Amino acid sequence: MTEFKRLGQDAIQTKGWFRSYKWLLLRRFSQFTIIALFLISLSPDINIIKGSMISSVVLDSVPLSDPFVLSQSVLASKHIEANALIGAAIVALFYFTVGGRVYCSWVCPVNIITDTAEWLRNKLSIKTALHISSRNRYGLLAFSLLLPLLTGTIVWELVNPVTLLSRSIIFGSAMAWLVVSAIFLLDALVSRRAWCGHLCPMGAFYSLLNHFSLLRVNADKREQCNDCMECFTICPEPQVIRPALKGSTETSTVIFSESCTNCGRCIDICAQDVFSMGSRFHKLPTTHNSHQKEVSS
Amino acid sequence: MVLKTIKKGEALKTVKNTEQQSDARQLSRRRFLENITRAAAGAAVLSIGMGVYSRQSLSSPVTMLRPPGVSDEKDFQSRCIRCGLCVRDCPYDTLKLADLGQPLALGTPYFEARDVPCEMCDDIPCVAACPTGALDKKLDNIDDARMGLAVLLDHETCIAFQGLRCEVCFNVCPLRNEAITLNRTHNARTGKHALFLPVVHSDKCTGCGKCEHACILDEAAIKVLPLALAKGQLGKHYRLGWKEKQKAGGSLVTPDLEHHYNLPEGVKYDYDNRGLIEPDEKKASPFSRNPLQQLNNSKLLKESSSD
Repeated sequence: MTEFKRLGQDAIQTKGWFRSYKWLLLRRFSQFTIIALFLISLSPDINIIKGSMISSVVLDSVPLSDPFVLSQSVLASKHIEANALIGAAIVALFYFTVGGRVYCSWVCPVNIITDTAEWLRNKLSIKTALHISSRNRYGLLAFSLLLPLLTGTIVWELVNPVTLLSRSIIFGSAMAWLVVSAIFLLDALVSRRAWCGHLCPMGAFYSLLNHFSLLRVNADKREQCNDCMECFTICPEPQVIRPALKGSTETSTVIFSESCTNCGRCIDICAQDVFSMGSRFHKLPTTHNSHQKEVSS
Repeated sequence: MVLKTIKKGEALKTVKNTEQQSDARQLSRRRFLENITRAAAGAAVLSIGMGVYSRQSLSSPVTMLRPPGVSDEKDFQSRCIRCGLCVRDCPYDTLKLADLGQPLALGTPYFEARDVPCEMCDDIPCVAACPTGALDKKLDNIDDARMGLAVLLDHETCIAFQGLRCEVCFNVCPLRNEAITLNRTHNARTGKHALFLPVVHSDKCTGCGKCEHACILDEAAIKVLPLALAKGQLGKHYRLGWKEKQKAGGSLVTPDLEHHYNLPEGVKYDYDNRGLIEPDEKKASPFSRNPLQQLNNSKLLKESSSD
């Protein structure tokens, strides 16, 4: 057991601590900065970004609205306000470009909780695994959009822990920590990556915006891969890596899966520098690509 | 190294497993039907549970009032995306967002009048901030807001009913002498004083709650209630005779006979709130109508103290 190595130890040894946590640190910086900006904009004189992640106004002029929550409202009320529509269009266009699930890994505060739960699982080698199909989130998504249409009320927002948390951090809540603890316990003890990777309909909604995003993680140096499997262990959606990393020489090295959150943990963890952040249009090196074609997963 | 190889092995196994599963999924019709049934049952359970829960959230609790610009609770709940922009833009920290466990749809805005009432800003910033029109932008004059209706609930503790001059609710009302007026009536306990009773008028009251906030009792006697709770509704077939008469410009039934009261000679009766009118009003009271004059009249004071 003396040779036991912590997850990511190789990367720290070869690349140094900072480069092994670069993308994680950037994501945490992004998440905390967004929360901080909302918090300081609570002051009546500061209008950097007021409101919450559900709907906000930037610099007293640009409206932003969460397209998932707005969709529920539109389906329930059969009515749409221009202001909200513009806000949702701006947000949707942004995620359409950088990848829908960038919301999950770079903005959503629940991600901090589920990442911590995952870290604890690895640290304590918790192996409990209740099988939850990752297709459940699409079921929940359909359900959360269908029920408002039928009942005329925004049903999912009565329980949605994502909006509850992002709203509660800004406006305060005595009870939100209960939901936070529940999600933490679910992810840490019941099933790995249960919330973000298997259940959350908001993540499922954003992955619908993920199909054509320009920003993609790229396994462009996959020939350097030494099969250490650490990227599969650290990745919140491990199934997305395989087609790009283990594909034939003809297939693209770009991770095209709509589930990929562009979190960059695979880039950090890889001691061999296989992965990099790039665009979807990355071409295979000319030596391989006599008959190059793009294959999406 | 041992542990690490186990990890490798597991990861490879899961990769293989998913392959096998996808093969099996394609092959086995039985499994497909099983999965469909399970998903349908799960969705049904979830829908029923959430449906019931969402119905419950439609009932509005008595002390939690909605911001201005809400006319129908169900319509409001279908439009409100619970973003908190109205709360952010409320300059008096009146509005709060419903927390878990509170008897109001999670994350929707409300205020409690006894706590912090609505200050009725002229520019109605909460309505202006709302991105979805859940707070109706058609509301351009705050005096037209109907957040609730003030009701003087407890006549037993309201000190105006004890004959004391309080009138705090009357004086703090932003629509003073319109939404709350004082009804002067006889004080039967002393037999010689008046009662000044606050009366709320629903055609003016916005439900801002300043009266409830200011009520001097430990527990407010006047409270703002949701309109649906506070207002009665006259049967649609009801017609009030005197109003119909006014509309028609004359009696709709038999020709009007002048009503005769059986009163002592020389005394008239005015139904319009004035009661009996004695022939010479000036002689009716030895006291001046001006209280200062009355106090300064030492002769009178002496007389009364010697009684």
